[in-house]
Amino acid sequence: MDISTTKDTAAPPTPQPSADQKRAERGTTRPGDRIFLGLSRGSGIFLLALMAAIAVFLSYRAALAISKDEANFFTTFEWNPTAVPPEFGIAVLAFGTIVSSIIAMAIAVPVAVGIALFITHYAPRKLGGPIAYVIDLLAAVPSIVYGLWGALVLVPQLDGLYGWLNDYLGWTGILEWQGGAPRSMLTVGILLAIMILPIITNVSREVFRQVPQMQEEAALALGATRWEVIKMAVLPFGRSGVISASMLGLGRALGETMAVAMVLSPSFEINASLLDPGGGTFAQNIASKFSEATEMGRDALIASGLVLFVITLLVNGAARLIIARRKEFSGANA
Amino acid sequence: MAKRIDVSGLNAYYGSFLAVEDISMTIQPRTVTAFIGPSGCGKSTFLRTLNRMHEVTPGGRVEGKVMLDDENLYGAGIDPVSVRREVGMVFQRPNPFPTMSIYDNVAAGLKLVGNKKKSELDDIVEKSLKGANLWNEVKDRLNKPGSGLSGGQQQRLCIARAIAVEPKVLLMDEPCSALDPISTLAIEDLIGELKERFTIVIVTHNMQQAARVSDRTAFFNLAAVGQPGKLIEIDDTERIFSNPSVQATEDYISGRFG
Repeated sequence: MDISTTKDTAAPPTPQPSADQKRAERGTTRPGDRIFLGLSRGSGIFLLALMAAIAVFLSYRAALAISKDEANFFTTFEWNPTAVPPEFGIAVLAFGTIVSSIIAMAIAVPVAVGIALFITHYAPRKLGGPIAYVIDLLAAVPSIVYGLWGALVLVPQLDGLYGWLNDYLGWTGILEWQGGAPRSMLTVGILLAIMILPIITNVSREVFRQVPQMQEEAALALGATRWEVIKMAVLPFGRSGVISASMLGLGRALGETMAVAMVLSPSFEINASLLDPGGGTFAQNIASKFSEATEMGRDALIASGLVLFVITLLVNGAARLIIARRKEFSGANA
Repeated sequence: MAKRIDVSGLNAYYGSFLAVEDISMTIQPRTVTAFIGPSGCGKSTFLRTLNRMHEVTPGGRVEGKVMLDDENLYGAGIDPVSVRREVGMVFQRPNPFPTMSIYDNVAAGLKLVGNKKKSELDDIVEKSLKGANLWNEVKDRLNKPGSGLSGGQQQRLCIARAIAVEPKVLLMDEPCSALDPISTLAIEDLIGELKERFTIVIVTHNMQQAARVSDRTAFFNLAAVGQPGKLIEIDDTERIFSNPSVQATEDYISGRFG
């Protein structure tokens, strides 16, 4: 404990040693510190309590629904919670959510990293600033607007892309197109990619900007070209930040509701091809069914929400593990 | 092979600001040349013109000639990247790559030039670490991160990284200013060994250090803040510290200003 603090506060002429000691053990007792400690500790506890409350609520209502489910909750391709007996399962929703998010990440992460590198390391300052500003704006566009744009502009334009994919990659089966409306998992993935691009770009940009000058100079002085500097110093330094940025984007993709509902033709089947219309995601299914659902229907939807909650937790946990695994090689040790 | 440096009429700018004016000097191969002078006199800026690192700074620009043996580093068609492979650099603060192991740090420059055979790499890494007097301290933990070493060890790791690519010249920008006296001594001993193989140029604020390690000493000064830095004189170190030909040099090394 800090002796000088004790001295400072020992203003009375005859300080009692026991009180002083106690004070020293507790640390500083200034009101500002106490208030701040209370506020920050309170916020932390509040967050944990909130998470716990959400988990308890979801689990309770989900348990009500699942206990009445006559079909296997995890493998059934059906959603009839009001039928007698109720039969519903999340297989289609889990598949759709994960697949559309994977497509979105596969498109968005490389592009976002590219934009972030361009802004921080290639573009002249006069150009980088405005680009960064526009991308900030994109992050603030509500998802319903993306959904409208997707349904009215993107979907009608996709026939060409679908035809091309079918011609060249149709033989793979997963990119075969039967000629249906392009309201498929691929379209959802493309739209989600556009939606999560700004957040991944912004966070990556901030991380790349933090790369210490002396790291880049170290690479330059070894005779690295600009690309080699990026490969040697910038990307490894930004690795954990880019993973975190991607997780933020993935979180949005997993939970996106309205935009998905507006471009997808939902159905309770899993198509072999990503280009066939149909399928669904957790959030889209909840949004389209919730308003007309009965008590039982709502509980079933909440059960599906619980699964989404768990998937999100698992994905974030996995990302943290990946970052922690290479902690001793982190750029933060520079 | 170490090479000779011949600078003539060199001006270095930051935007429109002339930071270093009209420098000419010759640096012989396999010698240590120390640059001394007060802060802001342009000695670091000048050092960075010798491997074309100055132009990395936004607005950085150089006029004049720097000959490395028979090749003008600022000649038409000269790629700065290839210049930096010939002229290595060690910085003020140790800057090993935090995301790489000790081994990969040393091998970083070698991988750039495409030397990728594992056994060759192993040999060069060992040789470079031995050359930097670091091998015995790290040979059992080559796969650990370089950032786990002490400051002095990190700086020797950076020296190993720089000499691994066999540069002709080694530039050192205040390499000991962030280190404790014992680590400093280790680096100074190392400089004495490295000059057998390289032409070494070192910027230092520590005049005892200049006197200890260098064969030649160049004194830089500036007339006033905002004025360009100039080379006042360059001579044998012994002479600079005993009987310099310019009064300002004597004033500076005897501590009367700066």
